[in-house]
Amino acid sequence: MKRIVYLLPLALFFVLVGYFLISLRPGHDTHELPSAMLQKPAPSFDLADLGDDNKLALAGLKGHPVIVNFFASWCVPCRIEHPLLMRLSQQDHLPLYGVAYKDKPEDAARLLATYGDPFRQVGLDQDGRVGLDFGVYGVPETYVIDANGIIRKRFVGPLTAEAVEKDLMPLLKQLEPSS
Amino acid sequence: MRTLILCMVLLLGALPAGAVEPRERLADPALEARARTISGELRCLVCQNESIDESGADLAHDIRILVRERLTAGDTDAQTIQAVVNRYGAFVLLKPPVEPATYVLWFGPPTLVLAGLVGTAIWLHRRQAAPADTAPLTSDESRRLAGLLRDNEG
Repeated sequence: MKRIVYLLPLALFFVLVGYFLISLRPGHDTHELPSAMLQKPAPSFDLADLGDDNKLALAGLKGHPVIVNFFASWCVPCRIEHPLLMRLSQQDHLPLYGVAYKDKPEDAARLLATYGDPFRQVGLDQDGRVGLDFGVYGVPETYVIDANGIIRKRFVGPLTAEAVEKDLMPLLKQLEPSS
Repeated sequence: MRTLILCMVLLLGALPAGAVEPRERLADPALEARARTISGELRCLVCQNESIDESGADLAHDIRILVRERLTAGDTDAQTIQAVVNRYGAFVLLKPPVEPATYVLWFGPPTLVLAGLVGTAIWLHRRQAAPADTAPLTSDESRRLAGLLRDNEG
């Protein structure tokens, strides 16, 4: 009995070590929050399109899974993920849709003209209202919405090749087994 | 001197401002007061230890507007807070709700203190009880002890 009591601090120490191992593991961002919107219907939106008169609306996206990327021309991490988005759209032909979050139309257009446009369509969310409805708290954020309009996955911060490989591709495959 | 007094009076007036911008404020003081109370309980997700009432971040501004919109539309305080929680999760509440996931958070520290108190009490009790285990000296032993003490003095 006494011996067990003496071992208690050691046991507590290992609990702490376990906690640190989990929360300090490489690539873990303590600022990243679990999304409250996962597995829930995506908030409805109907955004003016950048460029033409079409609208980017949730209703128009239903029927097949899509990837919605919130970006902005003023956002530095967005530049980091941009080449990856280009690759996903050009090589993998993924259904990428962009939402220019709190951005001026001319700035967003200039960004896409300079670095390439990976999006099938870009909606303008100038007052950040749609971002607020999605629970966006910093661009870039990327959402996977399935054919029924349910949010299946959220990526906070720039997409990485690793996240695409490990999470995005398997999820898309699962959502659309035919392709 | 008069300037100094004026400065101090003005400073007094400048204290409780927060980050709420004048154009955000609602015309109805009662609604605005409710909005301020609610804002004080909601976490700004960009600067995570500030409430949206204190934070100058853009997102905090957006959420303050959302809170005021909901209140103006006639929502209760609870409905307004729920609207924000639906978007951002329970993490936005600076005071987390008591639910199974937060039991450790709420009851962990009191439990530890209680365990410590009980442990200390047991230990103290044992320490006091310990001398009682030794039998009192026999008359023979007391005589020997008295003799030893006497020898020592002499």
